[in-house]
Amino acid sequence: MRVNVTVNGVAHSVDHVWALESLLDFLRERVGLRGTKNACEQGECGSCSVHVDGVLVCSCLVAAGQVEGCSVVTVEGLASDGELHPVQRAFVDAGAVQCGFCTPGMIVAAHSLLSGNPDPDDLTVREELSGNLCRCTGYQKILDAVHLAAERAGAAP
Amino acid sequence: MTVTDTSTRVATPSTVIDGVGASATRPDGVPKADGSFVYSSDEYHDGSLWGVTLRSPHPRARILGIDTSRAEGLDGVRCVLTHRDVPGSATYGMKIYDQPVLAFDEVRYQGEPVAVVAATHPEIARRACELVAVEYEELVPNTDPERSLTGTVEGLPGGGLARHVRIRHGDVGAARARADVVIEGRWEMGTQDPAFLGPESGLAVPLGDGGVELYVSCQNLHLDQQQVADCLGLPLDKVRLVLSGVGGAFGGKEDLNVHIHACMLALRTGRPVRMVYSREESFFGHVHRHPAIADIELGATRDGRLVFTKVRLVLDGGAYTSTSQVVIANGCYFAAGAYHVVDVEIDGYATYTNNPPCGAMRGFGAVQSCYAIESAMDRLAAELDLHPLELRMRNAIGEGDVLPTGQPVDGPAPVQEILSYLRDLPLPPDSDHFAADMRARPGGVGNVTRGEGIRRGVGYALGMKAIGFSGGMDDTCTARVTVWIRDGEPVAEVYCAGPELGQGVVTLEAQIARTELGVRTVELRDKDTDIAESGASSASRQSWMTAGAVAGACGLVRDEILARAAAVLGRFDGELTLDGPEIRGRDGRPLVSVADVLGPESVSHAFTYRHRPTEPVDDERGQGNAHVAFAYAAHRAVVDVDVELGLVRVVEMATAQDVGKAMNPVAVEGQIEGGTVQGLGLAVMEELQITDGRIRNPSFTDYLIPTMLDVPPMPMKIFEFPHPDAPYGLNGVGEPPNLSSTPAILNALRQATGLELPRAPVRPADLISPTAPGDGGAGLARADQQGDPR
Repeated sequence: MRVNVTVNGVAHSVDHVWALESLLDFLRERVGLRGTKNACEQGECGSCSVHVDGVLVCSCLVAAGQVEGCSVVTVEGLASDGELHPVQRAFVDAGAVQCGFCTPGMIVAAHSLLSGNPDPDDLTVREELSGNLCRCTGYQKILDAVHLAAERAGAAP
Repeated sequence: MTVTDTSTRVATPSTVIDGVGASATRPDGVPKADGSFVYSSDEYHDGSLWGVTLRSPHPRARILGIDTSRAEGLDGVRCVLTHRDVPGSATYGMKIYDQPVLAFDEVRYQGEPVAVVAATHPEIARRACELVAVEYEELVPNTDPERSLTGTVEGLPGGGLARHVRIRHGDVGAARARADVVIEGRWEMGTQDPAFLGPESGLAVPLGDGGVELYVSCQNLHLDQQQVADCLGLPLDKVRLVLSGVGGAFGGKEDLNVHIHACMLALRTGRPVRMVYSREESFFGHVHRHPAIADIELGATRDGRLVFTKVRLVLDGGAYTSTSQVVIANGCYFAAGAYHVVDVEIDGYATYTNNPPCGAMRGFGAVQSCYAIESAMDRLAAELDLHPLELRMRNAIGEGDVLPTGQPVDGPAPVQEILSYLRDLPLPPDSDHFAADMRARPGGVGNVTRGEGIRRGVGYALGMKAIGFSGGMDDTCTARVTVWIRDGEPVAEVYCAGPELGQGVVTLEAQIARTELGVRTVELRDKDTDIAESGASSASRQSWMTAGAVAGACGLVRDEILARAAAVLGRFDGELTLDGPEIRGRDGRPLVSVADVLGPESVSHAFTYRHRPTEPVDDERGQGNAHVAFAYAAHRAVVDVDVELGLVRVVEMATAQDVGKAMNPVAVEGQIEGGTVQGLGLAVMEELQITDGRIRNPSFTDYLIPTMLDVPPMPMKIFEFPHPDAPYGLNGVGEPPNLSSTPAILNALRQATGLELPRAPVRPADLISPTAPGDGGAGLARADQQGDPR
């Protein structure tokens, strides 16, 4: 089938998409955006988190055909003009990145959380990001990063 | 003992930013955050094929025949390879070549590779695997390690016994007579999976000269290169490995995974081949932490002094050796814990079975033995009516004490300081469970209790393990540092093959170059096998070894720059110091710029670092100075248990650890937090469930690792007692927090419930106390019934 979709503001029209192809495989192999990661194929780990029309989804659980006409934002779409998005910057500054395999999905999810709740408390961050697994950090620095991003956004004019 | 000297004249530059000791950000942080960092599963090459592995569905079966013709006939399939196509050695392995590249006579575990397929699309390759007809004669799998350790099981190498380690120190028989109190028990541990998020994967590119280049995620490029070359039947210089982005490892990427298969497919087809394991395949494609059975007997005087320790430890290594014989040794070395006890008997057995192969995982045998001895220490404390922390403090090992292997503990051993921190740290406030946010109760957002049936417990554990490779191994790490001038400023390039797994060794490389050379700009070269080896990122050794190598190479570069400056200035180079872009005299005045000294030339030196020599222990009594260094950590766990439903919420994990020198404090904290949480997983949720040799939960839906909501606050104290033998006084950091975390939680759960809980991980059914519901906790041990250690 053909799929027409906007990814990070760029329109794509892709032919020969398989019926069972996931949005994750579509993004990685057809669009060439490999920042979105595959770590479980079951929607358990959140490594493949992206926004579809502003909604946070696991792209491994969405069929590519389902995003026809939609706007998808991936981790590559968060930075602008070569500058990291403040959430990305906070992850680097807080030491929330180790192996980094969970980082793109975690950042997309944290971005989504802060968009709706600019100053979440600890338990809220833990609950909202509990769909994103990290095996390296023990999550403390990720929690710090979310608070740092919130703080900086609050301090911004 | 000879110690390689790395601290030559330090430049003491006045303006070093993000040098040693600073929480410098990672050089790969930005690409990892913006999605541009290339992991081994992201490697891509125009025209590449996909490789897929066909694996055995049986834990044990004889292979009667393999017919690949139907698979080869499928449109899009480029080749199907079996054991007949392995060009060189039919087997590989980290210590012994015993694991078939592709099974040839028998399959010995469920998931063993039997054939590999290259096709134009991964789905086609998968379908082709289904068309490979393998005729198996199923055999009864041997899955009981207790049978294997007899060494008499037919069909297993060595009759099932991979290694028996004996450690004898003093005279346990005589000591027993002096013991006022003796406790004994058996503690078991299930199989943990490293569960790194980045799956095994790689890209093999055939070269025109008959060689191959492999971009792969691994923990030791050079050891992998040797095994790959041997199995491909190629000389080493025809097999080039490049470290691709590693999405975590924790020991599970020490053994080969896609390596040889991808190279075979690439060489056969003449095309680049990508391989990426799915999560399910990953559970079959790497080694696990050995499941353990430990029997311990402890004797003590009435006033709580340990008199003897006797341990029998069985680790099941599964179908192939991997590192089992070294894991069991490490487990035995520290089976008596971080305690001073003279009379010790330890017997450790690593077994073969038809269970999934086990090998290295963070802690390397010491996790299992720490869990067992720390469980036993709590039982002894209860028997003596002593506070568990007090018992530990009375027996804590110190500098100069002799280990069961006969080696005196040298280097700092600040166990009293570590335990004192945990003793003095205020406990988190008691929770009003009825008023608490449901997310803070056991069961969390499941909302399964309104506050009834919850008991709190506090538990302690202490761990100790060796840092670096033990037992007489000549362990080296080489780095090359090059300095040249760009835009009038000196730039340093560091080149070292020590794998970056996420732990941050690349950050340290840059920090060290900044400190030693005063440069602002450091570039890190890709890690590959073109430089001499750096050894494995394992055994908590890579920071130590890389720091020694990079600092050493920087010192040689600095010496040459100063010698050249001295020649230009007509002065003695001992008067000069290097301070970033300037060379200064004794009075600190700049005399000449590095740019003027070097001009268009570069200065480049390699340095090979060795830690002090060690020796193997003897077979009969396990005696010898086997270790380079020791590291210590302890945890205090606070838990809430819903004793009606068997659900646990870990409330707080406090920890203290000596790291020698916090080279990068934020990175050190990250290691300690990550290790603590892997231990938490092993305590209450993580187990690879294996029945009759078959893994029942190979997915993240069924194998649970801690989420952010499962993890509590982790107050910590990092001690920095400089290690005299190490560069900058640092010590290994990565493994110690993984040791004491699990038993601290188990001890807290035991204290909360009064149950023996002889097995980790603890499952909900294990926690349901028959006396719990509605009796107000009668029969349960309570925190306030224990003595106060202060």
